Parts: sequence; structure tokens; C-alpha cells
Amino acid sequence: MQVTLAIKRFNPESDKPQPHYEEFTVDVEEHFTVLDSLIKVREEVDESLALRCSCRASICGSCAMRVEGHATLACKTKLISVMDGQSKVRIEPMTNQPVIKDLVVDMKPFWDKIRDVEPWLQPQEPEPEDEYIAPNEAMIHLTGVMGCIMCGACVSDCTVLEVDPNFLGPAALAKAYRFVGDPRDDADKHRLKELSKYTGIWDCTRCYECVEVCPKGVAPMDRIMALRDRAIAAGFDGNYGARHTEAFSDLVEHSGWLDELRMIPKTFGMFNPLSLGPLLGMIPIGLRALRRRKLPPIRHKSIPGVKNVRRIFKKVEARK
Amino acid sequence: MAVYEHDVLVVGAGLAGMRATIAADAGGANVAMITKVHPVRSHSNAAQGGINAALTSRGDDWDDHALATVKGSDYLGDQDAIEVMCSEAGDTLIELEHMGVIFNRDEEGHLGTRRFGGQEVARTFFVADITGQALLQVLYEQIVKSQARIYEEWFVTSLVMVDGQCRGVVALELMTGQLHLIKSKAVILATGGSGRVYEPSTNGLIVTGEGMAMAYRAGAALMDMEMVQYHPTTLKGNGILMTEAARGEGAYLLNSEGDRFMEKYAPNMMELASRDVVSRAVQTEINEGRGVDGCVLLDLRHLGRELIETKLSYINEVALDFVNVNLADQPVPIRPGCHYIMGGIKTDVNGATTIPGLYAAGECANVSVHGGNRLGANSLLDTIVFGRRSGHTAATYAAEAGEKAISESVINADRDFIKLLMSREPGNDSWAKIRRDMGDTMNEHVAVFRNEDGMQTAVKAILQLKERFAQLAVRDNSQVFNTSLLFTMELGFMLDVAETICVSALARKESRGAHYRTDIPERDDENWMRHILVHASPEGPSIDYLPVVITRWQPQARSY
Ligand SMILES: Cc1cc2nc3c(=O)[nH]c(=O)nc-3n(C[C@H](O)[C@H](O)[C@H](O)COP(=O)(O)OP(=O)(O)OC[C@H]3O[C@@H](n4cnc5c(N)ncnc54)[C@H](O)[C@@H]3O)c2cc1C
Ligand code: SF4
Ligand code: SF4
Ligand code: FES
Repeated sequence: MQVTLAIKRFNPESDKPQPHYEEFTVDVEEHFTVLDSLIKVREEVDESLALRCSCRASICGSCAMRVEGHATLACKTKLISVMDGQSKVRIEPMTNQPVIKDLVVDMKPFWDKIRDVEPWLQPQEPEPEDEYIAPNEAMIHLTGVMGCIMCGACVSDCTVLEVDPNFLGPAALAKAYRFVGDPRDDADKHRLKELSKYTGIWDCTRCYECVEVCPKGVAPMDRIMALRDRAIAAGFDGNYGARHTEAFSDLVEHSGWLDELRMIPKTFGMFNPLSLGPLLGMIPIGLRALRRRKLPPIRHKSIPGVKNVRRIFKKVEARK
Repeated sequence: MAVYEHDVLVVGAGLAGMRATIAADAGGANVAMITKVHPVRSHSNAAQGGINAALTSRGDDWDDHALATVKGSDYLGDQDAIEVMCSEAGDTLIELEHMGVIFNRDEEGHLGTRRFGGQEVARTFFVADITGQALLQVLYEQIVKSQARIYEEWFVTSLVMVDGQCRGVVALELMTGQLHLIKSKAVILATGGSGRVYEPSTNGLIVTGEGMAMAYRAGAALMDMEMVQYHPTTLKGNGILMTEAARGEGAYLLNSEGDRFMEKYAPNMMELASRDVVSRAVQTEINEGRGVDGCVLLDLRHLGRELIETKLSYINEVALDFVNVNLADQPVPIRPGCHYIMGGIKTDVNGATTIPGLYAAGECANVSVHGGNRLGANSLLDTIVFGRRSGHTAATYAAEAGEKAISESVINADRDFIKLLMSREPGNDSWAKIRRDMGDTMNEHVAVFRNEDGMQTAVKAILQLKERFAQLAVRDNSQVFNTSLLFTMELGFMLDVAETICVSALARKESRGAHYRTDIPERDDENWMRHILVHASPEGPSIDYLPVVITRWQPQARSY
């Protein structure tokens, strides 16, 4: 069988460095992964094609890239699964991270954010002589997060990072959860306080992209939501983030859907002098959103079924 | 030219390299780590099954672990080194746990164990079937905490030798294409194995053996290079590993007749005999026509879906992805594949090589604790124990090493070589073709079953490949992230490693551990209780011998 790979290339050393697509048609076997076909191009057609890969078995995290518009591991993605009857497959580098060359991106921002969450165990002293006693369920639960291979796919496709590069992002927050969820770690309060600041757990819009693209089932968004629950339980609900959650449900209860323009003042408080900074900080994000036609409508109307939505809210409230 | 200078420079950021860095840092040295890929991409991440340790606090006996290791090594392991490793294993494991490794537990919340091959006792500690990845992430966490400098995506091209001492390295910065000199009073090689000298292999594409080749070129001795481990259960097709933990949890090996054929080869330990024994059994079944399409079957069905999904979920994912098999429903086709090299740079128990200032730890080193055959889950232990010891020793050495003048011209040889590669006129040959031919040659002639003729053929073939390499051009002249240049340089090192494997294999005139000769099928303790050393010389590899260190256990007939 034949496949045409439309690869987005970028050569920083050319006279006018411009990203462009280049097509390669190669013979492949039915069982080939995207990585197999890229390696074939690199070995047989164009040695200058740059990509990272090593394990071929979805464990080293080197080969994340966008295939047909979604971030994925090239070594875990069968060609036929993305061809969908066509003979062409579009392959691009990850987004939200600067491209160095072809499919190779600069992951420094990724690692800086991992560093920002103080990614090491901060246990209660003194250490026991033997191992810490910990329930197996807790460890198995954490294994799901420890399964993160730091590939960057979630960061590539995170919708908040697209407009706000300061957001810690799904991978770093999942990493933070790995410690907050670890019964041996004793820095929960400190961690949750830091994570509740601007750029932290409250900035996620729950778009679900990270859960969709994660090749290892880490489900970063679910970890972020778990962190939010813990933050609120630990008393970090006076900050704008937690208020954001409250504002969110207030607004939805009122009109049946989210009035995004009213979210900001409602979260920060219109007349709070402290909110001036965050409000001004939102302006560039708003402008960028406008440029990408993502700004919400100025006049917010209730949806037709708003009464039903309110009824749901009442029911939930009654149960609390 | 920027000047980089350290007390201790660790080449490699896998488990051994990171553990060495942490130890040297704790020892007060100015330490840096240099690695051709980001630390967590190192191939240690692929280790699945677990790490061995006898926890004496719960009544296990490290003597028993040591004896199993000695027997597993087919009596070629140095017993003093094995005693060091096994006696320090317990503390090492607890230290890892304290650092944050989320080992699976038993019902009371204590560390849980599973059984592994070549041992009667369950003393393998694990994190599901992603143990290596879980350890690597935690050591990286400690590195981040330590703030040690990391030269990331820098490819080391040679060792800098001054007056017979190792004093630093030359390295290519992949992002810019610049060559740099990094001075260091002590250098620790932790570059991992060389599995990709074979094709197929369970090893990642980056596992190309430069550390061994660089040390060899600089004059250090390599030892027991003929001892290459074939893992019995690698996936049909692409050779990805199906961990021994599957059998540790109770999986069966079946031939085309549905028999648990290990009954014939290892009636007591069955599927959990030593790896060399199981690999030969599997290969024999296939060769004698009781295979299924070039493979035998690994059957996990009776373990049940729940166990598979909690403790073996990664191999289940791999089997689904690549051969479309759900392990709970169907047996999976497997066959032996190149996995690990017991041989490596000869070191003492503190990581010191035969060159002053040069240390080695992890798979690139040979202490020797694995001898003729490594027990499953002993390698992770080896990386951590000897990583720590070498980091500690190198820091102490560096503190007293004093200064030495190093001329920047030491990088000229590598610079000229790169220029030469880039200026040659490209012909029909490519690094990929030579690399594949090398892998096929080794896999055909220096594998599970060997004989004189085959090994002679392999030596000749490798020499021919070296000639082809001497004509090879790099087709890409770019500076930034030039992987064509990178792979070509790796290939040069790999060919040296392949050659040392072949000549060492030819030198050992007996069968022991992973080195099984159909033309001399017996072990010969009278003549061959000795290591094979290989040095570089102007005439090519030269062979030497060293007796095995025996402390307490005399060689016995080996049966499982
Ligand atoms: C699939 C698989 C499963 C395994 N399972 C187990 C198991 O369950 N239990 C067990 O005990 N063992 C297991 N092993 C063996 C074990 O994982 C390895 O032997 C061990 O992890 C090697 O660690 P290392 O630190 O020596 O090298 P690696 O982790 O391979 O690290 C090598 C480092 O050196 C760097 N490097 C190499 N060359 C250069 C250069 N020229 N310049 C700069 N940097 C360089 C690399 O970037 C990398 O950081 C397994 C091995 C494989 C392949
Ligand atoms: S759910 Fe949150 S973290 Fe995940 S991609 Fe969407 S915005 Fe980003
Ligand atoms: S959470 Fe998933 S997608 Fe994100 S870095 Fe980790 S493994 Fe990759
Ligand atoms: S090559 Fe390792 S994750 Fe794809």
C-alpha cells in the first residue's frame, strides 16, 4: 500500500525560514505506524527530515507530534487508523511550543513549568527506617499519573495555552497532583496555595482536549479537577479561581449557558482595586481571542430551556 | 570558545547517570550531566518488570539473592562485586522509596513483591509494569531539586586524555551544531547498553553503545563482550519486550502443540528459569518445528483481566497496539530477541576503569555482577548501586586530582572528522543500510546459538562494513539538529562495539551463560573460569584474560 505524508517542514537555516508542507509518497505495510513511515522517509528519501524518536513503544515520550490535526505519539498511531480511506496523512509538529526544525519542538517551556510545581517529594520528617506505609490503592491510583511520559501532547493541544502561554498547563498540573495525591507528601497546603494562583488550576476551561489526546490515559483535566476539590477543602476558596467556579455555576443557573463576558468581573469583583491587575492582564488575551474570532457575543441571551437548567440546579442544591 | 569546567562530568542521564550525579553532588563536587536526549527519554524508561532486593528487615537473606545471581551468571560473575550489590540492595531500595518511587504495596501497605526468573524467592519490587519509567521520573525529580547542570541534547564524541588521565569530553551540541570542550577532573560514563548493534532489539533506537566504544578507543579494557542477552519473550514483528513479569505473575509458554514445553528444559523452575535457558528452549522449539509462524506463544489468559489491567497494563497496551491481541483473551506470539549486554567497560566495585579519572556505571560498565547471564531485575539494581558508588568515588578523586592544562586543539580531530563526513560525495550507501546490515549480521551469527563458522563470517562482515563506513557521506549539511550526522557518528561507534563482541565470542572456546556454541556445547570450568578482556591496538582488538573472583561459591552443574 502507498501513503502520501504531507509533512510540515521548517528549516531555520534557510535564507527565508518559512514553514511549508512537503509531500512524500512511500510504500508501507498494513501494520505500519506513523513513526515507521517517517523513519522510512528519513532513511530512504530525505535524511534531513528532523524528528525525535527512540523506543517505538510509547514509553520514552520522544515522538509526540500532530497527526491529522491532533497531537499524538507517532509510534502509537497506526497509519490506517488515521487514513480514513484517503491516501494522504498530514503531519505537523506540536503546537504551543516553538518549532526548532521540522517536527522537533523546543520543550524548554514545558520543562520550566514542570520545575515550577516543585516536582519532588517533600515528606514529613523524620523518615521512617523502612519504607513508608501506604495503602496499595493510593499507589495504584498514582501509577495512573506516574504513567505520564512527559511527551507534551496535552500541552500541544491545550486550548488555554493557545491564548495564555503563562498557564501551567495539563502536564505540570498532573505532575503536581502526583505529589498532592501522594500520602507520603507533606506539603499539600503550600502546593495547593501556589497552584491556586493565577496560571494554576483555576485557569483550565475544562475543554477536555488533554484527556482526549493523552496517549497514556493520564487524564490531566481530571487531576486538575481533583486538585480544585482539594484546594477548596483546604480553604483556598477566597481566591478568584474558586470564585470563578462559583461564578460559573451562578451564571449558568441564570441563563442556561455561560456568559463569558460577565465571568471576569464576577470572578474578580468589579470594584475590587486588587482585581485591576488581573483585569488588565486579561486584555491581551481578549484581543487575541478576538483575532481568532473566539470572543463571546456581547449581548448574552438566555437559552430556551433555561427553566429546566434552573430546575436541575435546585435539585442539586436540595441534595447538598 | 566558551569554557565549560567541572569536577565531575557524568555522561548519560539514565538511572546510572542520574544516581551518580546525585551522589557526586552530595559529595560536594561541582557536577554536571551531559546527555544526547532529555534525561527522561533515556532507555531506562523502558524497564518494565522490577528491581531486585533482599529486604533483611523482613527476613529475606541477601546471601540467597547473591547465590541466585552467581548461578544465574553461570559462575562468570565476580563474587566480591555480587556480594556488594546484593548486600546494599535493601538500603538502595528503601532509599528509592524515600525519594518518592510509588512502588506497589501489599495488603498492609508494605512494599509488594513479584517473582522473577532464576530465583525461588519473590524479591522483585515493582511499579506495575512501568518500573523503569517510574524510577527514572523520580530520579529526575531529585536532579531538578539538586539544580545540577544538565547539557541536554549534547552528543559526546570523544574522551579527552591528558597524560594518560581522562580530563573531560568533546561534545556536539545538537541544537547548534557546535563542538565544545568540556573539561572535568573526573568523567563517569553511564551511556547504557548497545542493543541496537543487533536488529531487531528490545532497545530504543538511541541505545548505540558509544560509551563502550569511546572508552575502548581511549585505551580502557572492555570485558566479557561476548555475553549478549537474548530475552525469551519479545513481540513478533518489531521485537518490543513482553516483560518477564508476565511469567513472574504466572504466564505460560506454549508451543504449537499447546504444551508447556519448559517442562523438558527446566522441570523445577519452568518458565522462570534463567533467561539464557528459556531463550534457548524457545529457540529450540521454533527450530525443531514446534513454533507458530517463527514464534511460540505467551499465554496470560488464566491470570484474569483484573490482574492484567492493574499489574501488566503496559504490555497489554503494546500487544493491543502492535499485534492486536488482548492478553486476557488470546495468547501473544513471542520469540527471543537481543535485549541486554552483560559485557562492558571493566570497572572495580567503585566504578573505576583501567584509566585514571574515568569511571563507568550501569549497562555500559561491567563490574562484573551479571557474568554470563543477567537475572531479570538485577540491572536496575546494578545501575543504582554502582551509579551511587561511582558518583561518590569520582567526587573524592576529583577533590584531589589537581589542575592540568588542556589545549583547545583537542577538539580538532572530531571537528575534522565531521568536516570530512560532510564533504564526501554521497554515493548509494547510507548509514541506515550499513546499520541494518550490521544488525542482521549480528542477529544471524552471534545470537542464541553460535558456532565458529558463523562467528568468523560475522567478523569478516563487520570489517567489510567498516570499510563501507570509511567511504560514507553525510547527506545533510545543516547545523541545527542534524540527525543524519548524529546517526552516522553513532554508527562508527557501533561498528567498534560489534567487532569487540565478535572477537570476544570467537575467543571463548566453551559454552557458558548466553554464549552457547553448538560446536562446543559444554561449559569448561577448568580452562574458562576467566573473563575475556579486549583492548584497542593498532592491529585491531587484542585479547587478554582475567580470572573470575570466587569468594564462597564454587562452580556447580547448573540446572533449573
Ligand atoms: C525493554 C527493556 C526492559 C527492561 N526491563 C528491566 C527490568 O524490569 N529490570 C531490570 O533490572 N532491568 C531491565 N532492563 C535493563 C535496564 O533497563 C537497563 O540495563 C538500564 O536501565 C540501563 O540504564 P543506564 O542508566 O545504564 O542507561 P540508559 O538508561 O540507557 O541511559 C543511557 C544514557 O546515556 C546517554 N548517552 C548515551 N550515549 C551518549 C553520548 N554519546 N553522548 C551523550 N549522552 C549519551 C543517553 O542519552 C542516556 O541518557 C530492561 C531493558 C529493556 C531494554
Ligand atoms: S481541560 Fe484544561 S488543561 Fe486540559 S486542555 Fe483543556 S484547558 Fe487545557
Ligand atoms: S499527561 Fe499525557 S499527553 Fe500530557 S505529557 Fe503526560 S503522557 Fe503526554
Ligand atoms: S518513540 Fe518513544 S514514545 Fe514514540
